[in-house]
Amino acid sequence: MTARRKPVHAPETSPAILVCTLAWLVPGAGHLWLGRRQKGTVFLLALPLMFLVGLWAEGQVFTFELSQPLVALAALADVGIGLLYVIVRVLGVGDGRVVAVTYEYGNAFLVVAGLLNMLVVADAYDIALGRK
Amino acid sequence: MQSHFGMMLLFSGFVSLAFAVLLRDTAQEQVRLGAMLFAGFVGSGFLLGWLMYGFPL
Repeated sequence: MTARRKPVHAPETSPAILVCTLAWLVPGAGHLWLGRRQKGTVFLLALPLMFLVGLWAEGQVFTFELSQPLVALAALADVGIGLLYVIVRVLGVGDGRVVAVTYEYGNAFLVVAGLLNMLVVADAYDIALGRK
Repeated sequence: MQSHFGMMLLFSGFVSLAFAVLLRDTAQEQVRLGAMLFAGFVGSGFLLGWLMYGFPL
């Protein structure tokens, strides 16, 4: 039987929903809030960087189009990166260039960065509840 | 960068790093899992690449 690590902040002082929101908005922020500095710092650097590499590779940050279910799913994954998605949409970048050689690679980077951040949010939630 | 191999290395590096840090708690375990995942990604990429070589579009 493994001993469970207590979170730095007890669940009642840092509601799990607040931690999840913070973790979603800024990758790694949930872990940093909960005192997991090493993990939080890695996520804070790696996931936004992965998203930016996707933009650099001329991938497309998708918007929700319910008429195209696959595009909507890709948009849902992109939204996973949090505040960065909003910033990119507001700045009007991330339209992608379909004819670029690296377009599909860029899309993969953008989508996977968002999905990985969703896993990070789930991990922060478990830590906030004292499960890890 | 327009190299397929370079993009694959970069992608594998990011995903391996994220999963290793997410799934392991100590630095030593993270490095070990990260290296295994990275090798797995790159190795399977090579394998699939060569398998597809025999089936041109």
